[in-house]
Amino acid sequence: MTFARAAATTLALGLALLAGIALAQPTTEITFYYPIAVGGPITRIVDGYAEQFSKEHPSIRVKPVYTGTYQESIVKALTAYRSGEPPTTAILLSTDMFTLIDEDAIVPWDELAKAADEAAWMKAFFPAFMKNSQTGGKTWGIPFQRSTIVLYWNKEIFKEAGLDPNKPPATWAEQVELAKKLTKRDASGNVTRWGVQVPSSGFPYWLFQGFTTQNDVLLMNEAGTQTHFDDPKVIEALQYWVDLSARHKVMAPGVIEWGTTPKDFFEKKTAMMWTTTGNLTNVRNNARFEFGVAMLPAGRHRGSPTGGGNFYVFKKAPAAQQQAAVKFAKWMTSPERAAQWGIDTGYVAVRPDAWQTAAMKKYVADFPAAAVARDQLQYAVAELSTHENQRVTKALNDGLQAALTGAKSPAQAMKDAQAEAERILRPYRR
Amino acid sequence: MNRNLTGWLLLLPAALLLVTFTHYPALGTLYHSLFSTPKAGRAAVWVGLDNYQAMAADPVFWQSLKNNLLFALGTIPTSIALALAMALLVNGKLRGRAFLRLSYFTPTILPMIAVANIWLFFFTPGYGLLEQVTGLFGLPTHNWLGSRDTALACLIAVTIWKEAGFFMIFYLAALQSIAPVLGEAASLEGAGRWYFFRRVTFPLLMPTTLFVLVNAVINSFRLVDHIVVMTRGGPDNASQLLLYYIYDVGFKFWDTAYAAALTMVLLVILAAFALGQFVLLDRRVHYR
Repeated sequence: MTFARAAATTLALGLALLAGIALAQPTTEITFYYPIAVGGPITRIVDGYAEQFSKEHPSIRVKPVYTGTYQESIVKALTAYRSGEPPTTAILLSTDMFTLIDEDAIVPWDELAKAADEAAWMKAFFPAFMKNSQTGGKTWGIPFQRSTIVLYWNKEIFKEAGLDPNKPPATWAEQVELAKKLTKRDASGNVTRWGVQVPSSGFPYWLFQGFTTQNDVLLMNEAGTQTHFDDPKVIEALQYWVDLSARHKVMAPGVIEWGTTPKDFFEKKTAMMWTTTGNLTNVRNNARFEFGVAMLPAGRHRGSPTGGGNFYVFKKAPAAQQQAAVKFAKWMTSPERAAQWGIDTGYVAVRPDAWQTAAMKKYVADFPAAAVARDQLQYAVAELSTHENQRVTKALNDGLQAALTGAKSPAQAMKDAQAEAERILRPYRR
Repeated sequence: MNRNLTGWLLLLPAALLLVTFTHYPALGTLYHSLFSTPKAGRAAVWVGLDNYQAMAADPVFWQSLKNNLLFALGTIPTSIALALAMALLVNGKLRGRAFLRLSYFTPTILPMIAVANIWLFFFTPGYGLLEQVTGLFGLPTHNWLGSRDTALACLIAVTIWKEAGFFMIFYLAALQSIAPVLGEAASLEGAGRWYFFRRVTFPLLMPTTLFVLVNAVINSFRLVDHIVVMTRGGPDNASQLLLYYIYDVGFKFWDTAYAAALTMVLLVILAAFALGQFVLLDRRVHYR
């Protein structure tokens, strides 16, 4: 008897409370999908941001949903979109832009962010990061967690090999020359330490773009309908990469695993490595020796692709939610937050004024390596992205791995990759 | 009438599950494989066998089919033989038997993704466990997962390690159910251990062997978790398996119609294997 009464009272109270909340705040709820691609307590950081934003904007409630890797995230977002219940906004790879446009799943930001301060906000980012975010005169993505490739080198090994520990290779020729001196062999001729390591598993095209950009050639056009894989300069770039192991014997033969490359560096199995700036915090925490971070060596000039994730807004979401998503994205990429996010993760803070904040200035003063990626941005190009992106990318990846494992010559591999890309992209040129 | 109704009602839950999760998806896949992939602004249209023709001309499909057959040949006999050997070993009277059983079974309990990450470091050139062992013998370093000749073999090794312990459990259960009187009778008759195994134990284990074999075949087409971590089908498709390719086509290329056609091929292969095994081997299996 008393129990029933107590239950009824609780229920009534609860209902009243709920009704009270509903009356007090007509809230717009937005769902926000985000992936994790680097180490660290990322979920806690992102959920914290969402909570803080909701506190500062009582009329908007952000529901952050961790959706796994980049690949899992786009699968989830597109599946949800097809079932009619897309997230309001999501962070997905900048290279997913064409895929999302082809699926008619996203809205350009220009159509949503029309207020004066919002228009100014869209111009606040590094131009290098916007190259992967715009096509056909529209802005489809807002840079959030972006990276580039840099060279890490072990200063101790440089000293041991009689080299200047503060002078990383600046050109392709120097890279080979130094790597030769850094490669160590035992009495029977087996290599115990490689000079340099450029990983080639999973997404070799991204690292390859370092070589092609340095060789002054682009892999695709801005409309994402044409690739240039068989350009002589592209083949030349691949020849250089293949020669590092095949001819100069300063890099391990075969395909080098991306995931174990930082470990190889920590274990001193390689004196230099190419990897993402996103690994900066990881290397800083785990390298038990003095290391340096430098821009990638120059071929005809310096160069690196950008990488990482952008904010997108989905179609089918109600207009009020889309507007709330604009506010959220703007808040998430404000100079202070962009700076803090970069410090916490190693990603490159996406706008110049973020580097002028007090927090970032202090961070760079303590750890100058953090600024290398920013300084390299002036030489950066867009990451390879076309229509049917992953299919075209796979054609190139297969060709690169065939050349690196010696199954095909660089020229043949790139010719085959280009033929496959042509076949895939032809329908998009009409 | 009433009895009939009861029968149907009893059947209903199982039938409903079967139809929802087995028959309807299979027929749906067949249906979608005959249409083009719907894109924004372009609805799916009937294309007949176009997707299958494209498949016949797709070198990656043939490569993954070939790899998958090699993978099946590499994993099935070895893992079954190992499972049987391990079961016989831990079935006997042995010190620390429980511990041994547990350690054989451990690979099955561990999540495949975690395990694949550990194996990734086993195979790492230079300082991986494997290289440390080969290094002791002065062998040159080899890039196991990064070379076309060894990538698939490495995946096969991981799969055998993973599967053998699982199959051992079935054999162990079957061995325990064999009446000890058979062994006593055989030893009275003076049968040797090998003779006893060949003429008594092994025939009695045939139902288990059939069951394990069917599972092993299915698994050899189904297990792809470790590929995601270890090679992603590389280098240059050297370790590409059919199911992983279907995932690539379906969820990376978003070519769902072509993925449906590939799925049909996988379905037909598996159905043919299962049917063949049941029809051919069933005659030779002795059920009690």
